[in-house]
Amino acid sequence: MSAHATRFQLRMGAATRAAFGDALLELGRLDPRIVVCDADLSKSTMTHKFAKAFPERFFSCGIAEANMVGVGAGLASSGKIAFVSSFSCFVVNKGFEQLRVAVAYPRVRNFKVVGTHAGISIGEDGPSQMAIEDLSLMCALPGFVVLNPADEVAMKALVRVAAYYDAPVYIRAGRPPAPVIYSEGQEFHVGGSVELVEGRDVTLIATGLLVAEALRAAEELEAAGVSARVIDMYSIKPLDREAIRRAALETGAIVVAEEHLVDCGLGVRVAQAVAQLHPAVMEFVGIQDTYAESGPPAALLEKYGLLARNIVEATRRALDRKRQER
Amino acid sequence: MRHDPKNPHWEDRDRFILSKGHGCPALYAVLAEAGYTPVDQLKTLRKLGSIYQGHPDRRFLPALEASTGSLGQGLSIGVGMALAARLDGRRYRTYVVLGDGESQEGQIWEAAMFAAYHKVDNLVAIVDYNKIQLDGFVKDIMELEPFADKWRSFGWHVIELNGHDIPALKKAFAEAETLKGRPTVVIAHTIKGKGVSFMENEPKYHGIAPTPEEVELALKELA
Repeated sequence: MSAHATRFQLRMGAATRAAFGDALLELGRLDPRIVVCDADLSKSTMTHKFAKAFPERFFSCGIAEANMVGVGAGLASSGKIAFVSSFSCFVVNKGFEQLRVAVAYPRVRNFKVVGTHAGISIGEDGPSQMAIEDLSLMCALPGFVVLNPADEVAMKALVRVAAYYDAPVYIRAGRPPAPVIYSEGQEFHVGGSVELVEGRDVTLIATGLLVAEALRAAEELEAAGVSARVIDMYSIKPLDREAIRRAALETGAIVVAEEHLVDCGLGVRVAQAVAQLHPAVMEFVGIQDTYAESGPPAALLEKYGLLARNIVEATRRALDRKRQER
Repeated sequence: MRHDPKNPHWEDRDRFILSKGHGCPALYAVLAEAGYTPVDQLKTLRKLGSIYQGHPDRRFLPALEASTGSLGQGLSIGVGMALAARLDGRRYRTYVVLGDGESQEGQIWEAAMFAAYHKVDNLVAIVDYNKIQLDGFVKDIMELEPFADKWRSFGWHVIELNGHDIPALKKAFAEAETLKGRPTVVIAHTIKGKGVSFMENEPKYHGIAPTPEEVELALKELA
């Protein structure tokens, strides 16, 4: 998969939530054990496609997320593979105690939760609807797998992976169309990552929507003579520690970029691995200690510092320190 | 209940969830008597490494259907199990025991709404209505009355009975089994500490263990 940054011609694809809806529909056709629960947002989470095709296996839970998680846990404990879905901020935050006691603690293996509309790129609906802490919360549940696909190809593949993985899984999905990064057939697995661009001077580790920004940043850096490795860290938990170790060892500088609170997301998890495995200079791009606001997605990403140029700036800071430390 | 201690994961077994997980010593005694777990380990209750954890824990006791202890959650899980039975055309029934204090949790009423709306008629909730919770009498903490009316208005078939009357309970469960299109709740009026004069209806014994002297006295009274 590795290539020079300039070889990526990013075209806009489907939103990852749309890919989730399609993947769920396909899974439903293949496997009668698949059941779906949704909390009055099926037209937004895209589970309505499954609902239409398999009404007897779709459970409308009303606006009652805590009960929905419990019902999903009961179904998943009784021979079903339960996909439970709503906006990430609602199903994770309102259902957190249930995710903890009814799912994680008894380790209900066939329970899969998909939180859509994650991050600030949902736009005009504003902060009450924006999950900016979901990765942190879900990583705080022992035994849970946490996945964050960057595009439609990754989402479709990871929904299949999640369905048959022997542990509860959280998948993060976004609202806006996402640039297509992968070709069909790309393989993804729990604990994996993809090195999208080879590089020697610095490694950009990104997840979700920020993977495309990292690719754009790498292109800009390449033009300026900086060789930036780009890694899509789609598996937030477990982490691909070997990829992180090699990045630290071989490039000596790592910039992590995510559409999540910067103080408790992928960045701190990567930093922990770096601290344990091999020292490297690090910088972080993410949402600072604040809630965002209403606005067009692109304007929000710009205002809150989640674009390629923010990754480039962070990279320059990292490279400055790397030079000083030599 | 249809169950088989020799085959705890028999797919057609009836499901039982003790949603009021703090009542687990009674559940452990029943599981042991029925042959699911060793009787001689009952005295390891709450000790490090014991299968008899402080609240029901499926990791230690795989015969349990759910891990409980955080109140308000068992009914939702039971609803999911009952739905699975319906999808698979299985005849097993799901029984969930709730506390009265637990019924102050909003999730109970989310589950109640859901079960009635989805016509989950292979599910029975049993409320142990002893009118006492940790801080005192239910009426002094957060009154539930009119309790039966609440369940009725949520679309449930309500059976009120004396929770110490075993034939009445059996009759209620048989009645629930014949009822189609609606879930059943058995509101079991009980007396906490029944049979032990100094414990009966005494909030102090909700959350503490009796002293060795009290145990001796209680066992004498119960004999």
